Amino acid sequence: MTVIEVTDLTKRYGDRTVVDGVSFTVAEGEIFGILGRNGAGKTTTVECVSGLRRPDGGTVRVLGLDPHRDADRDGLRRVLGVQLQEAALPERLRVAEALDLFASFYPNPADPRALLADLGLAEVRDTAYGKLSGGQKQRLSIALALVGSPRIAILDELTTGLDPQARRDTWALIEQVRARGVTIVLVTHFMDEARRLCDRIAVIHDGRVAAVDTPDGLVARVAAGQRVYFRTPAAVDEAALAALPGVDAVAHEGGELAVAGRDVLLAVVTELARQGITPTELRVEQAGLEDAFIALTGATA
Amino acid sequence: MNKLVRMEARLFLRDPAAVIFGILLTPLILVILGSIPGFRQADPALGGNRVIDLYVPILIAMALGMIALNMLPAQLVTYRERGVLRRLSVTPARPRDLLAAQLLVHLVLMALGTVVLLALGRLAFGVALPADLVAFTVALVLSAAALFGIGLLVAAAVPGVKTAQGIGSVLFFPILFFGGLWVPREVMPSGLRHVSDATPLGAGVQAMSDAAAGHWPQPLHLAVLAAYVLLTWVLAVRLFRW
Repeated sequence: MTVIEVTDLTKRYGDRTVVDGVSFTVAEGEIFGILGRNGAGKTTTVECVSGLRRPDGGTVRVLGLDPHRDADRDGLRRVLGVQLQEAALPERLRVAEALDLFASFYPNPADPRALLADLGLAEVRDTAYGKLSGGQKQRLSIALALVGSPRIAILDELTTGLDPQARRDTWALIEQVRARGVTIVLVTHFMDEARRLCDRIAVIHDGRVAAVDTPDGLVARVAAGQRVYFRTPAAVDEAALAALPGVDAVAHEGGELAVAGRDVLLAVVTELARQGITPTELRVEQAGLEDAFIALTGATA
Repeated sequence: MNKLVRMEARLFLRDPAAVIFGILLTPLILVILGSIPGFRQADPALGGNRVIDLYVPILIAMALGMIALNMLPAQLVTYRERGVLRRLSVTPARPRDLLAAQLLVHLVLMALGTVVLLALGRLAFGVALPADLVAFTVALVLSAAALFGIGLLVAAAVPGVKTAQGIGSVLFFPILFFGGLWVPREVMPSGLRHVSDATPLGAGVQAMSDAAAGHWPQPLHLAVLAAYVLLTWVLAVRLFRW
């Protein structure tokens, strides 16, 4: 079942078109990623979906409701949880108070205590918002998005500002939330996060959808090649390496030599042996989401 | 809505500056003025009134000015600047509920301040309570509506907190001046008093004083207040951006 349907969404600020004909659908229960560089139009897109911004063109339907029709507004907000990138609370409001307040807005809220515990905020429940660390604010912001027991949660830059442990904890939490049947739209520019969490990803570039696919599908779109990295004690005949069958490119990357291609490991090692060179720190990397992302959005940044 | 009002009330009480300026300052000034013996003696130049009698409505106006011109716009603009209003607008609650909660808390604050000043004036310095309570309430409510309107207009039109605070203060002093905080209207030269008649607190203080003395406020002052209410509220509602 489709829960979000975006068709030909367009949004302009002045004469700058920020979102230019974006279309995608989100199915119930999936984690749908919106991946793109800073300024690609990700946030504007989800702000149109959550009803914060009025699109200049196209249609948005969330559970069949139009976020911009007044009659649909309240019904939608009861089932939609939103985490905003830049939104703060009053400085002197305490954590538990904020959560209780937001819980009171919804007909069937989650248990604020349980949420506080899940997000590791139980210890700061009586701390004023202004005194929280960046990571704690971020976690509270996630809690506020989930406190209404939403059917759909839109999370913008979920783990920005969190330390590595907190990021992993948050990912686990998001997976739990999804396991309860909540559909999640995740805006991110982190590849590892998108790869780990998302069932499908829309890659947004310059206000357009460059591709919508599963993470593996995206990777498969760019030739599933590999890179062989190594260091050498002496100079190498790079031309000979480049001439090997299957090799696409040879390049220096930070003191290492990188040979890109398909199934080239054996050939590279054999060639090095022929030149009398023993490579050190040899490793092989498969093409990943990042390579796919760069291929889809162009190398210019 | 209930919860929002309680939150606003709680946040207010946690802000020492708000408590000092919103609740404690004007009663303190009344006590200071009242402890000057000369101010407790009837003065023929003031129509037989004492200075302290004049200052009860003036201090009510001052408290009103502080709440409506300094505290309210600063709060609202802070909420907008920090994204509180945006955050609220993606929940089933509406930002205008927050606005209403803010107004309500500030209104209750003003009402409390007024009761405290009247009671203190009566008990400590023998200032008569308003002779015409209905007229006094009408004058007070109109004055409050006019000043809250100005405060809302500032909050609506000004983007940043610093600017809002600046403009609030810049408005506060002339409005209070014409309300008679430094030179009571009774001793203003007549030219100045005519200007004062056209300002919100000039009209407001006079209307309250008239009601306190037992007669219905002059139509001129009620009309001036009503005009301010209408103008500021219509403009503020038009201009307000979440």
